[in-house]
Amino acid sequence: MVAQDITRVKSAVAQVARLTAEDVTVGYGGRTVIDGLDVTVPPGVITTIIGPNGCGKSTLLRTLSRLLKPTRGTVLLDGDDIVRLRTRDVAKKLGLLPQTPVAPEGLTVADLVARGRHPHQSWLRQWSSDDDAVVARALAMTGVSDLADRPVDTLSGGQRQRVWISMTLAQGTDLLLLDEPTTYLDLAHAIDVLDLVDDLHEAGCTVVMVLHDLNLATRYSDNLVVMKEGAILAQGHPRDVITTELLHEAFGLRAMVIDDPVGDRPLIVPIGRTQVQPNYRGKSGS
Amino acid sequence: MSAEPKAAVLPGVRLGRVSFVWRPWLVAVTLLLAAATFLLFCLSIGIGDFPIGLPQVIATIFGHGEPVDEFVIMDLRLPRALAGLVVGVALGVSGAITQSIARNPLASPDVLGITSGAGAVAVFLVTVSGGTATAIVDSVGLSAAALGGGLGTGLLVYFLAWRRGLDGFRLILIGISVTAVMEAITTWLLATADIRDVARAQAWLVGSLDDRGWDEVRTALWCTLALLAVVSCVAFQFKPLHFGDEVAAGLGVRYARVRAVMLLCAVLLAGAAVSAAGPVPFVALVAPQVALRLTRCPTPPLAASGLVGALLLIGADLVARTALPVGLPVGVVTAAVGGPFLVHLLVRANVR
Repeated sequence: MVAQDITRVKSAVAQVARLTAEDVTVGYGGRTVIDGLDVTVPPGVITTIIGPNGCGKSTLLRTLSRLLKPTRGTVLLDGDDIVRLRTRDVAKKLGLLPQTPVAPEGLTVADLVARGRHPHQSWLRQWSSDDDAVVARALAMTGVSDLADRPVDTLSGGQRQRVWISMTLAQGTDLLLLDEPTTYLDLAHAIDVLDLVDDLHEAGCTVVMVLHDLNLATRYSDNLVVMKEGAILAQGHPRDVITTELLHEAFGLRAMVIDDPVGDRPLIVPIGRTQVQPNYRGKSGS
Repeated sequence: MSAEPKAAVLPGVRLGRVSFVWRPWLVAVTLLLAAATFLLFCLSIGIGDFPIGLPQVIATIFGHGEPVDEFVIMDLRLPRALAGLVVGVALGVSGAITQSIARNPLASPDVLGITSGAGAVAVFLVTVSGGTATAIVDSVGLSAAALGGGLGTGLLVYFLAWRRGLDGFRLILIGISVTAVMEAITTWLLATADIRDVARAQAWLVGSLDDRGWDEVRTALWCTLALLAVVSCVAFQFKPLHFGDEVAAGLGVRYARVRAVMLLCAVLLAGAAVSAAGPVPFVALVAPQVALRLTRCPTPPLAASGLVGALLLIGADLVARTALPVGLPVGVVTAAVGGPFLVHLLVRANVR
């Protein structure tokens, strides 16, 4: 009876979930990075993968996006085994932004975002009026319409990242996978890009991203996936997940967790060895 | 062309089910290059010890010429001019593909070992007389054997550079290393060989269009046409590769397969060029870069690169034949003409 219920709940989740990894093992060459991992990406929310360097965050994102083929287990995209889908059909459903992509020098914003239509085009039909409308919308959604004629390499880092996100939107997907979208950006630009990601979430997109900055991850996501050594340590809403114990376990970090004065999420205040008041020095995190 | 109600992001041309982005500058420059290539091609046929006017040349090519002109043009001059055209186009397109794949303007068939491999094999077969070498030359011919050497070296570089994907920088470094080895082998063979063989081998080390007959040209022409057909079919899937493997994969391109096909085409195109004219340096390196700047494209345009290659090669051959004292092969002139022109374009870009 209970088992039946569980099965029913599981299949309901699988139907709703956009992306699901089931018992996934993946690695590079002979080295296994992720071993038997299960994760579910709920629809309509921002899921952020966090964890220490080398824990397999990007590997998981690359596996979910089909860049890496798991040696065992399956990734389901809207219920279908992602490995069995045509590459093109995956690209119509799922937009992927790799870490620090580089555009050819001199390429304009319009040309770059227009390339996002590739999965919908063919040798004969390289630029339809649909393409134009979708690209115009993608440019507008990311606030870069005014930059359309500018070469991408003349833009600031933040603008450039907006343009790349615009390209993945032009694919016509509502499922975005972003690998460290704020790398190399100063804090103001990082906030700007994450506000954009939140706008897209408000507009109905499902987002999975990898972030390094824990406070930004906490502020901007509804679902945190905390990884350590290729496995998931905790998963859930930042308010439930972020604790001093977890930070210590995942990162070996001593920190205080306080209420964010400007938001409704926890705020992490790291405690280092130096530059802290005497009563925090040398104590364990709690 | 359908009128857009509001300003389009990119202007498009739509004819029924066919549609593409309208780039007037690219189209205009490509058409101009095509016209200039045709003109220079005819001019190159007309100029010689027995000068023939441009109208007569054009009439003869299209089959309405005088019998005297027809003999000179069809039997003597057309093969050489056609060889220049084919070799130039093949090298230009080959260079555009390799530079796009490596995402680096330094990459060209010269750097990737194709020409040096062909040269080393040819010199080996010429200088080492005896059982196997002679048998190979007798059975497949020196050109084909050299072609095999070029292709083999090109593939060797590709597989050595492959490590969980293709890194452009690694491809170039390994290409340069293998090229150095091939050139060392060539030098060693020349140093130890009989002096008469060295003279014969020398022809394989400097590209030349001298004494090209229909036999050499025909093979290169059909190979090049077939390869260009493949390239133009794959070109659409090739476009996203300019952004790197991961973005291309995200856009639904099976990048490893597309890249392998295109690189193989580039290697074969360079091989066809080498088999027809020997190693002509610099065309494959400079033509895509010149085409890119003339068309104001961010990435090497395939068609324009081929046309610039043809212009460069036919022009260099014309200069070598007419303006300079006898005996200078076309390969020497391409470097002398192409180099300064690229420098000029780069300097002008700096000033602007």
